[in-house]
Amino acid sequence: MASSTDSSTPRGEAFVWFTGLGLIIGLGMVIGLLSLVIVNGITVFWAPQVPVAQVDDGRTLIGQLAQRRVRAGSPADKPRYELQYQVGLRELNGNSYLWVDEAKIKSESFPADVLGLERVENGPAFVRPQSLRKSDGKVIAATDAGFEDAFQAEVAAAAVVREKLIEITRHRIGDVNGEMDKARVALRRAEDLKLADEVEARRRQIAGLEERFATLQAEAKKVVEGGAVASLISKDASNREVVVPLTQVIRAWFPNRLDTWGRVKLFFSRLGEFVFDEPREANTEGGLMPAIFGTLVMTVFMSLLVTPFGVITAIYLREYAQQGAVLRIVRISVNNLAGVPSIVFGVFGLGFFVYVLGGSIDQLFFADQLKYNNNTPVFGTGGLLWCSLTLALMTLPVVIVATEEALAAVPRGMREASLATGASKWQTIRDILLPASAPGILTGVILAMARGAGEVAPLMLVGVVKLAPTLPFDGSAPFLHMDRKFMHLGFHVYDLGFQSPDSDAARPMVFATTLLLIVLVVCLNIGAIWIRNRLRARFKGASF
Amino acid sequence: MPQIMNPPSSSRIKVRPATEREGRKDYISIRDYGFWYGQKKALDAISLDIPERQVVAFIGPSGCGKSTLLRNLNRMNDLVDGVHHEGDITINGRSIYDPGLEVISLRRRVGMVFQKSNPFPKSIFENVVYALRVVGVRDRAVLEEACETSLRKAALWDEVKDRLDDSALGLSGGQMQRLCIARAIANRPEILLMDEPCSALDPIATGKIEELIHELKDQFTIVIVTHSMQQAARVSDRTAFFYLGKQIEYDTTEKIFMNPSQAQTEAYISGRFG
Repeated sequence: MASSTDSSTPRGEAFVWFTGLGLIIGLGMVIGLLSLVIVNGITVFWAPQVPVAQVDDGRTLIGQLAQRRVRAGSPADKPRYELQYQVGLRELNGNSYLWVDEAKIKSESFPADVLGLERVENGPAFVRPQSLRKSDGKVIAATDAGFEDAFQAEVAAAAVVREKLIEITRHRIGDVNGEMDKARVALRRAEDLKLADEVEARRRQIAGLEERFATLQAEAKKVVEGGAVASLISKDASNREVVVPLTQVIRAWFPNRLDTWGRVKLFFSRLGEFVFDEPREANTEGGLMPAIFGTLVMTVFMSLLVTPFGVITAIYLREYAQQGAVLRIVRISVNNLAGVPSIVFGVFGLGFFVYVLGGSIDQLFFADQLKYNNNTPVFGTGGLLWCSLTLALMTLPVVIVATEEALAAVPRGMREASLATGASKWQTIRDILLPASAPGILTGVILAMARGAGEVAPLMLVGVVKLAPTLPFDGSAPFLHMDRKFMHLGFHVYDLGFQSPDSDAARPMVFATTLLLIVLVVCLNIGAIWIRNRLRARFKGASF
Repeated sequence: MPQIMNPPSSSRIKVRPATEREGRKDYISIRDYGFWYGQKKALDAISLDIPERQVVAFIGPSGCGKSTLLRNLNRMNDLVDGVHHEGDITINGRSIYDPGLEVISLRRRVGMVFQKSNPFPKSIFENVVYALRVVGVRDRAVLEEACETSLRKAALWDEVKDRLDDSALGLSGGQMQRLCIARAIANRPEILLMDEPCSALDPIATGKIEELIHELKDQFTIVIVTHSMQQAARVSDRTAFFYLGKQIEYDTTEKIFMNPSQAQTEAYISGRFG
């Protein structure tokens, strides 16, 4: 911009280009990273056409194209490619992905009757339906006109049954089990202390719970038998008969028959499941709701913990402490704390928060629980509270430094005006300095949140798990369970990418999860920036 | 070349005759006062008495120590690191360095208006009643009454009475400075210190503030630091002239401007140096 008018910059000065290059490289990397994640993350949910391919060794396969790569050892001038198909039907094929030499594919066709199924177990399946046995026993052939409507209606009906089953088995039986555990601990305690009345009461309670358990199981059985008889009879690529009970089917689509609108609907249906449902199949399928929720709750708690700690520390350092050599050393130490590898904080969190603090809490408040429940710790094991505390400690320097700078930037005149009216130092800090430096403090909190939300390494030590059976927040008192382990998007990415039994199936989910993590962090930041801008608007024009 | 801008000279300055009022003659009494910023001596052997409910102006070239002395009257310079003093300042007979006297209660009795207006980023109302808030006044009626009284005294009430809840930062420069005066007098101090209150204002706003000083001196003892000799002559009853940390001359304004006894004073007010 300055080049045409500002003669102090000679034409073609090397450093203009040199420094500009730095910016271009930086921007390029950010844009590259984001587009890679976005493209790979979004396309996971798109349903492409599914070919039926004839291979020249006589095999036939039906599958969705996953990737294409140069064959190892093929000549550079005439590269030969191989294709990876997701063929599904893991229970029959052993693996749901298959590599085929591109040159060996004789023909590819896209017959309209290819059916894609997402199943509760064993991953997806690509089959050619033969007939449908409806829940009332009637059989409709796939060639009949009403097949597709009847099929989708049965899938929907089966989904209702499955939901009901999940409600019974996972939630209601889960609640009974939880109560049973508590009752057993209480019974053991009563027996130990020889409280005859309570032993009797507890035994009766347990008997009651066992009865409820049996009732629920019977109910579940009735649901299964009452509604799950509809099933799809179909053939796979090699003409083997595949019978799929429709309670197993989460989603069914005809990939070669769908119009664009249908594909868009399918895309959003899958995206919705991804965001709002629970994971299935070792986390490679289903949704990420628990991980999103866990990340969000943990980040919010971390911010709630780190903000007061950091602000109070910074106020002391800036406003009260005697400025001198000792303070300089303290400041340097605080700044260096920001450079400590995060795993060190994880080890500290495990050693101090979990074992020392958590252990003491258990000794003090949950002694009965330890004694009568095989030393099962409550707070003496990783959990939401310890994760939040560990990350709060890790991000503390960011908040301290930002707050100190914000306090220092408050105009001297404002401080003097307050003191001159007879306000005490604390009143000046509380009424004038803190409100005026709030935007700067929030900038620090935003940075802390951005760092904390993406951190994984320390969390693996202090309470993040691959699969948490319950959310840290639910309907049972005290509603927020700070002692519970939880799922985290960052750890989820690691788990999918490196710990998954089926790495081919996990790869697209890695990108989708990464995209979600980025979106979540961006949303948290936008929220904080919005708050900061509102605060800033209040102080607009404050110049001294 | 014709002279377009005349330097201010004593003959051109109109001096108001000093008003004699009831009250202690040595209401503020400064005795052999010296003050250091670290190793640098900023004030040397200052001794002067400021009578009750009069306006005293401190004049002198930049760096002469007039602002330092003013800021020591409510101990604002305590905020600076590495300062110390000798001698004593008493207000109504009591030393401001009395260990039994808290700085906070001193400052509540000695209000201050600064060179640059410094309203808080709060509403006009909250700015004015801040001094009452910090002493714990909660009663809305009391606060509202104090707000109106102070704003009236500061001649700002009519301009802002309909927008007391608006941000103080939306006021004009002169209004802001008058707001700062209203804030300084809201908790009824006995003394009002003004550190070049008009240096950033236009002549009309300056005129308003000067009028205000006339009104206020019935109730407050006012010490004003100013660079404008005309202003010192217009508003003050007594004037002290400082040079390089030393008190050169202190007398009635009339005497200082009409018939100064020191050659340096004469030279300064006639614009020959400074």
